[in-house]
Amino acid sequence: MFHEIHIDGGKHWSMTLRAGTRLRIVDVNGGANVGMLFYNPQNLLERYNAPDTLKCQHTFKLTKGHCLYSDMGRIFCSIIEDTVGWHDTVCGNANRELVASRWGEKRYQEYRNEWTQNGHDAFLVEGGKYGLGRRDLAANVNWFSKVAAAEDGTLQFDPDNSRAGRFVDLRFEMNSLVLLHTCPHPLNSAAEYPRRAVALQLSKAEPVAEDDFCRNSRPENGRGFANTELYLECGSGGAA
Amino acid sequence: MKLNRKHSALRPGEADFRQVIPAGEYWIDTVKAGRTLRIVDLEGNQAADTLFFNAADVAERYSAVDTIRAQGNVYLGCGSKLLSTAGNVMAQIVADTVGRHDTLGGACAAESNTVRYALDKGTMHACRDSYVLAVAQHDELGLSKRDLSHNINFFMNVPVTTDGGLTFADGMSGPGQYVEMRAAMDVIVLISNCPQLNNPCNAYNPTPLEVLVWDADVQ
Repeated sequence: MFHEIHIDGGKHWSMTLRAGTRLRIVDVNGGANVGMLFYNPQNLLERYNAPDTLKCQHTFKLTKGHCLYSDMGRIFCSIIEDTVGWHDTVCGNANRELVASRWGEKRYQEYRNEWTQNGHDAFLVEGGKYGLGRRDLAANVNWFSKVAAAEDGTLQFDPDNSRAGRFVDLRFEMNSLVLLHTCPHPLNSAAEYPRRAVALQLSKAEPVAEDDFCRNSRPENGRGFANTELYLECGSGGAA
Repeated sequence: MKLNRKHSALRPGEADFRQVIPAGEYWIDTVKAGRTLRIVDLEGNQAADTLFFNAADVAERYSAVDTIRAQGNVYLGCGSKLLSTAGNVMAQIVADTVGRHDTLGGACAAESNTVRYALDKGTMHACRDSYVLAVAQHDELGLSKRDLSHNINFFMNVPVTTDGGLTFADGMSGPGQYVEMRAAMDVIVLISNCPQLNNPCNAYNPTPLEVLVWDADVQ
């Protein structure tokens, strides 16, 4: 099984991915940003929880070895490979007003496919296809974007965090509805609206071994995997 | 360490509303625009897990990510504007004797406790259960589990390291410390007084909070 999907910059996409699927996201030209949210397709109230993800793993950034947790103590997916090293999950999205104030609004009427879509509206569109609305949104991941915090807490966006060809590999541990957009990170201050494409490569993941890197990267993740395996074996987290 | 501290001129004896929230319980009420809400850490290092909703449109709620991005800083303190999911100011911190509060760590939940501490902790009381009970017992507000998102942890100290770590430090609060905010719109405030028994941040001893509301600014 191998499928590749090309997503231009400033666009959005969604799909329910089965447990055991590997998703590689490739930054095609460098400087990409991929906003992403996760939901349990069996219970859309169970959603990606960035605070739980960070505090369970005592981290502010996301990279290889980290697991992305739902609010129910289960793991949507694990980061099994990462050639970038730092991904943000605390800065949210740009909305229409922010895009317009930073880069000027290019409406569809005049600009067609080159219009300046924003991440907030992109999530509303993709989520709406599954009955999700603004009440269901949450802090999202921003793949390929680095925002560090200085000693005094000041946020610092790194415009050179990702290069062409860099990628991150996600292994889905339970069935997950994935919403994504390729709209600019809200702290990107580039002179022009950054329009960066990504490639999505879908394949079958290797089974999770006992010595799996993500399962063993922290004791918390061992317990997260135990919760998720219980759900796969006795609940409704697995097979379609 | 930069802290945004400021004392308030408001007198507790002149408050229009006062209520103690025991640990493990919640408080939910509407605070009208222009009124001032104070949360007091009565005995010190107690987490006040707090959510805000626009009373006129509860689908608009406090947004941790928009708040920290707009102020360009991960910590909340005096002067911080608490933004909604629609980018509107819901309230502003106008007095604060601690100077630093967390909005990254979220609320404790029975389910995340199994991951953080041990699988057999999943039946212990947690803030998220207080939130779920609060919205179930106040269904006239139109809120449900769907609306329970990332909160503020007043009095919690969760330092971020420059290399991307997250640490849980001893609190900087103490007995009688408080934070005060003025509502910029009519807001529903939901506070869970954290019942956490597994985290050293409260010395394994959850203690009461008090909320006070002043109807008008008497400075």
